[in-house]
Amino acid sequence: MIVLRKMRPRDVLLVGATGLRARPTRAVLSALGIAIGIAAMVSVVGISASSAADLDRKLAALGTNLLTVGPGRTMFGDDAYLPDESVAMIGRIGPVRQVAATGAVPDTKAYRNDRIPAAETGGLSVRAAGLTLPGTVGASLRSGVWLNAATARYPATVLGAEAATRLGIGRVGVNVLLGGRTFAVVGILEPVPLASELDSAVLIGWPVAHDLLGFDGHPTTVYTRADDAQVTAVQAVLAATANPSAPNEVEVSRPSDALAAREATDQTFTALLLGLGAVALLVGGIGVANTMVISVLERRSEIGLRRSLGATRGQIRTQFVAESLLLSLLGGIGGGVLGAVVTSGYAVLQGWPAVVPVWVLAGGVGATVLIGALAGLYPAVRASRLSPTEALANV
Amino acid sequence: MTGPAVVELERVSKTYAGGVTALDDVSLRIERGEFVAIVGPSGSGKSTMLHLIGTLDRPSSGWVSIDGYDVSVLSDRQLSALRAQRIGFVFQHFHLAPGRDIVSNVADGLLYSGVPEKQRKLAAEAALVRVGLGDRLTHRPHELSGGERQRVAVARAVVGEPTLLLADEPTGNLDSASGASVIELLTELHAAGTTVLVITHDLSIAGSLPRQVPMMDGRVIA
Repeated sequence: MIVLRKMRPRDVLLVGATGLRARPTRAVLSALGIAIGIAAMVSVVGISASSAADLDRKLAALGTNLLTVGPGRTMFGDDAYLPDESVAMIGRIGPVRQVAATGAVPDTKAYRNDRIPAAETGGLSVRAAGLTLPGTVGASLRSGVWLNAATARYPATVLGAEAATRLGIGRVGVNVLLGGRTFAVVGILEPVPLASELDSAVLIGWPVAHDLLGFDGHPTTVYTRADDAQVTAVQAVLAATANPSAPNEVEVSRPSDALAAREATDQTFTALLLGLGAVALLVGGIGVANTMVISVLERRSEIGLRRSLGATRGQIRTQFVAESLLLSLLGGIGGGVLGAVVTSGYAVLQGWPAVVPVWVLAGGVGATVLIGALAGLYPAVRASRLSPTEALANV
Repeated sequence: MTGPAVVELERVSKTYAGGVTALDDVSLRIERGEFVAIVGPSGSGKSTMLHLIGTLDRPSSGWVSIDGYDVSVLSDRQLSALRAQRIGFVFQHFHLAPGRDIVSNVADGLLYSGVPEKQRKLAAEAALVRVGLGDRLTHRPHELSGGERQRVAVARAVVGEPTLLLADEPTGNLDSASGASVIELLTELHAAGTTVLVITHDLSIAGSLPRQVPMMDGRVIA
């Protein structure tokens, strides 16, 4: 009686690995193609996920409850103004916790001293600022102090982070020239993520702006913090509260939304890079297929021998598919590790939390299995169709 | 006669694509326990005969029966199982895997019979001891002489205890001393009960065996 026997799964694996072990350099090189594709995809997704995690962390620290109110345009296209009372009125909305305003002081430039040519304004804006501003926008001071009720009446100024850099000022206690008047620098701010316009601002007290620089007293940006649960409701009533006679001339925005939107634009870029990674993976897959085709050509006598030892066509096919799967799996796992290392390295360098989503690792390995199977199928079928006598004749 | 013949060919012809007739109306019967030489010059059709007897190929016409099984009605899987369990091959060029030790090479003789790896290795070691290579188990093929390599190939062929051992020019790549020792080994295996069929063009080797089947131009002569 002839007994038909199947190969044990362990033997399938062992036989699949023999071809790779016989030519380790070739196996590593062709697995490298797959590895680079997977590594590219894993690190692109990982870096973008890490950046998103960092933004989430930042937003959690900064709060998403900051709303800003500014003047828009009138129906005729002229610049609109916020009424002077708008700050106080916004402060009376129930869920509003904090409110602070800045007002641009028109036609006033800031210079390090009187030797600087008038044209070199450095793109800085001089703004009158309410005393509650740092608490409201979440700004902290790099050095010096914030304005108080006393210094707000005198020529004292606090510089935004970028403004200090552009003016070439690294410490407090020096003087700058604002609108031709000498002001003493009493403080320098850290960058403000939710109100980046303050970074290039030169901030002075409301009274001194009025007295010395002819400031008209109209607020140009009102910052408010509302209860987290009421942010949307507050956002809805802000325009009408700020300027009841012309709510359409008021612009309300939520800076955390803008940050999230910027992240969303990064996502399209991520999709593009992911596409490039997929192309690399495809090229890697073709490399594996190529290796397998050559391998089958070179190993005709081995195929003939195995047929004479009793291998069926199916078992020859299985052997080469297993070899191809192992090869691409090797690349997939190597690429996953490489991608995770690249992501972690980049995240650490940027001070982000390192995040490698499990789905991308699982997807990567899944993709390599698919590629390995596809790349191995054609060579495997060719190997199995080889007539044993022809294979043996080929030494 | 007890049981069917190990090899039975009846009016077998083989014509290859292109019209070359390699075997022309050949009939042959080999009983269990015989030690036979198929002898003839190159082109006489003896390799084709080996392929047909080894079930590696099917005849164009005629009837082939191996160990009682009609080859024409067996599927690829059944033929493969027949080879795995009943037929051992020895080739002129040894066909050993270069990177693997000789125990692994011999163990491959049982790979397609569903024997677990541990048992395969044990059986391989026993077979290597039987062919006189018990002290070389961890060697790789390139560390052995040609005669020793052919002994490894013989061990691989007999590790599954086949009914029929087919040797295709087993001494073709060996010097005369090594060749003689391989024939001696085959004689020992025959004495132990294996049916052995040697294909050779060497008349002196063929003459030393109990039965000769001379071939010429695709026919059995005399």
